[in-house]
Amino acid sequence: MHEMSLCEGVLQVLQTEAKRQGFNKVKTVWLEIGDLSSVEPDAMRFSFDVVMQNSLAQDALLEIIHLPGVAWCMQCAKNVAAKKRYAACPDCGSYQLQIVSGDAMRIKELEVE
Amino acid sequence: MCTVCGCSEGESRIEGDAHHHAEDSAHHTEHHDHTHEHHYGHGPAHAHAPGMSQSRMVQIEQDILGKNNEYANANRLLFTEQGILTLNLVSSPGSGKTTLLTKTLEDLKDEMSLAVIEGDQETSRDAERIRATGTPAIQINTGKGCHLDAHQVGHAVEHLALTPGSVLMIENVGNLVCPAAFDLGEASKVAILSITEGEDKPIKYPDMFHAADILLLNKIDLLPYLDFDIAQCIEYARRINPGIQIFQVSAKTGEGMQAWYQWIRLTQQSRLIGRTAQASTTHSSL
Repeated sequence: MHEMSLCEGVLQVLQTEAKRQGFNKVKTVWLEIGDLSSVEPDAMRFSFDVVMQNSLAQDALLEIIHLPGVAWCMQCAKNVAAKKRYAACPDCGSYQLQIVSGDAMRIKELEVE
Repeated sequence: MCTVCGCSEGESRIEGDAHHHAEDSAHHTEHHDHTHEHHYGHGPAHAHAPGMSQSRMVQIEQDILGKNNEYANANRLLFTEQGILTLNLVSSPGSGKTTLLTKTLEDLKDEMSLAVIEGDQETSRDAERIRATGTPAIQINTGKGCHLDAHQVGHAVEHLALTPGSVLMIENVGNLVCPAAFDLGEASKVAILSITEGEDKPIKYPDMFHAADILLLNKIDLLPYLDFDIAQCIEYARRINPGIQIFQVSAKTGEGMQAWYQWIRLTQQSRLIGRTAQASTTHSSL
């Protein structure tokens, strides 16, 4: 449900950047979404179209770049792939994992005019 | 009146405040005026040729939650400067969060200065329950929102007149999903899970239990009547968050509450030690 407010956050960034970098229209937005971030890409796409209505990004394309989750396994003392937050280490089966990356969500770049 | 905010959460209300649509539209008008100043021909090559695309790429590299995090950092700075310990209480609805909070306030109000920010979708019933304990409280109604954000909390703090060195409890909206993502500037998130909910909550809602430093397992007085497996619940919670600290409590009987109070006391005192050291460093550098 909070994908809606995340999209409002995206729109605020677009508005700020439009002033700062001098553009009037956003044609494409690239978002980086980590597999471990608390964002559902489908809900994000749905909210995006609704929130961008009547804004500088109306009809803009949303491109989502998935970033894989990486965690530090305390038992193996190395980075391993983490598909979910509560997944076990794929090598040793331990749950003593600390997320290293893949939990972020960022606006990467825009195509504007 | 807020001078910096975008006020995207147009439905939220702070008790006795009209912080919504009117200001919202004023901000938006301002944005439009600015964008109209830019001329379409000002592309990278200043090209004006008809039919020629003015498209270009703009690097942004910004966190989507960046705006919230800016407000959260401002809140955190204020809390740190004033030696205020801020705890963000999160749980599903019906975990006994408000009862646990009122019990805590009643037992600690004689030894420390306390204040509460209450978040609910509607009504100020919870803030009234808190104020009945003699603790100052302010209610935020999120309207359509499913969580508190740092911007709302910043405004609520303006209404509270916090005493330096006090403990501020923020009771978030009852929701185990969304509040996990929104930093309010708190020192710690405290998750409350009642044993009537089932021991698998931590793995069903991992984001929240991952974000919390403390887990209060509430309503343990009901253990004899339920099939709740405490050891299994703790194992699940540690799978999600190996460092989480767990207290087993009953806000109703008071069982286990002393350990929770002791954690609050010690955490608050360690903040004050940091603050004294910081103050003396600042002083000596002048």
